Amino acid sequence: MSEFGLFNYWVVMLLMMIGFYIVIAQGNLVKKLIGLTLFQTSVFIMYISLGKIEGATAPILIEGVTLYSNPLPHVLILTAIVVGIATTALGLALVVRIKESYGTVEEDEIHAKDESC
Amino acid sequence: MLANLSIHFPVLQVVVPLMAAPACLLLRQRGLAWGFAVLAMLVAFAISVALLYQVIAGGAISYALGGWEAPWGIEYRVDLLNAPLLMLVSGISAIALLAARTSIENEIPADRHTMFYIAWLLCTAGLLGILSTGDAFNVFVFLEISSLSAYTLIALGKDRRALWASYQYLIAGTIGATFILIGIGLMYVMTGTLNMADLAQRLPEVSSSRTVFTAFAFFMVGVCLKLALFPLHLWLPNAYAFAPSVVTAFLAATATKVAVYVLLRFVFSVFGYEFSFSHLPLQEILLVLGLLGIFAASIVAIYQTNLKRLLAYSSVAQIGYLILGISFANETGVMATLLHMLNHGLMKGALFLSLAAVVYRLGIAQLDQMHGLASRMPWTMAAFLIGGLSLIGVPLTVGFVSKWYLVSAALENGWWPVAALILIGSLLSVIYIWKIIEVAYFKPVSATTPDVQEAPLGLLLPMWMLVLANLYFGINTELTVGVSQLAAASLFGGAP
Repeated sequence: MSEFGLFNYWVVMLLMMIGFYIVIAQGNLVKKLIGLTLFQTSVFIMYISLGKIEGATAPILIEGVTLYSNPLPHVLILTAIVVGIATTALGLALVVRIKESYGTVEEDEIHAKDESC
Repeated sequence: MLANLSIHFPVLQVVVPLMAAPACLLLRQRGLAWGFAVLAMLVAFAISVALLYQVIAGGAISYALGGWEAPWGIEYRVDLLNAPLLMLVSGISAIALLAARTSIENEIPADRHTMFYIAWLLCTAGLLGILSTGDAFNVFVFLEISSLSAYTLIALGKDRRALWASYQYLIAGTIGATFILIGIGLMYVMTGTLNMADLAQRLPEVSSSRTVFTAFAFFMVGVCLKLALFPLHLWLPNAYAFAPSVVTAFLAATATKVAVYVLLRFVFSVFGYEFSFSHLPLQEILLVLGLLGIFAASIVAIYQTNLKRLLAYSSVAQIGYLILGISFANETGVMATLLHMLNHGLMKGALFLSLAAVVYRLGIAQLDQMHGLASRMPWTMAAFLIGGLSLIGVPLTVGFVSKWYLVSAALENGWWPVAALILIGSLLSVIYIWKIIEVAYFKPVSATTPDVQEAPLGLLLPMWMLVLANLYFGINTELTVGVSQLAAASLFGGAP
């Protein structure tokens, strides 16, 4: 495979590491969730790249076409996207509740409030 | 009629709680929802018992979902490895649900009770799904179903720190699940299949490629995050400490065990013993982390004053024992792990349910409020005592049986120091259990002890069911030991 053929996977790794870094390094709960979403999205791109075959077309029966992309990874990732949305929604709901009871969405301030009581 | 239906048991096992969840939403009224949820769980439990006996009598059951044969369709597969775990998960879920009605009265606002039962059923359905499916991607989907509902259940805790604990668990859990997803994707790209049996056949052909190593690494780290292997356990103590008490009892007894099952299934059945233990230093890694987990978590547990937190750390230590059993990489070791998964489920269920009773009366399970509590709540504390003895591994309880096989597995490998360390680890658990027993039984009732009565029957009955199971399976080991032995043998190359 040429250098260019691996381009997608380089992007995937880059996005994944950026997302992972945000999750670890950021103290803001909403930003953490953004990082988490980025992290998950990079895996979606990986799956979509897996199914692509060079010179192939979408897997719909057309006259005169013999080479199709593999639809299975794409279908799988539809499920994973739904799961990802559910996770993000639940995470944001938790952040709303945290904001209501702590009055802040910063990790260090939450720790400080827990220590003091 | 029942005979026709019994063909569909592998999928009904999952579908019954899964469909009962939206049905509860229609019932609305919380008493009705509870009754219906209990009914659904009892049916699920009956199915799991039937499945276990079918498997013992006739070997593994394969079920093609929607009539599509594997490897094209999704296969559900029940064999000796997952049948007893199905029974454990559905049984504990049913028993804890019985106790839930009373226990959550004081812990969760009444308008959220129906939702609580729905999340509970979904969580159970997810866990049962992970166990019974034979499809790698299905594992991920069910893992997320159980995790998402578990985050919800934990966040319902009455302390506001429950929200924070749930958030942390969500972050850690999602990273773990995404790692698993990467692992499954890479396995698919090398083999072109997602069916576990098919994967097991095709992976050896490509086992020297770097992609397969990467898949294995991602998958293992993801699962270890989910099962809270030391040092990836940081989400667990807070989540267990601040969740509603019955939720802790349910999750502690089942969720981590199911993750250990996934580890066993992929290490032994899918990647195969050859690949996992010969090409990679998996044995050394698991051995060291298992031992570190036992000691670090037990020592931290000794210094805890909140009992739920104390037992949560003890859970991390017990996971160390499970991993240790796998790291021995011999039949007795894996058998000990299987046995300890079942037994630890029973004892932690009993212990956390007795704490649920303490929390019901006292509002919190704090050590300094429990002076002489045994005279006020004799049945609850007696249940705690027996559960504690089982945790330590005293003869006539289930804990003894699994520790016995664990030590003999260590000796089989000639690892004397490890066997000694297992025994020292048990001594540490004596310390933290004794600390509680001493306060509850031998300290006089002091001014800080609230004036309380014995817990209501709705809590005592489920609690004692589990306590009696602890004693019964500690004395009559035929079923548990027999099944674990056969399952371990099948993982080591015997016909499944």
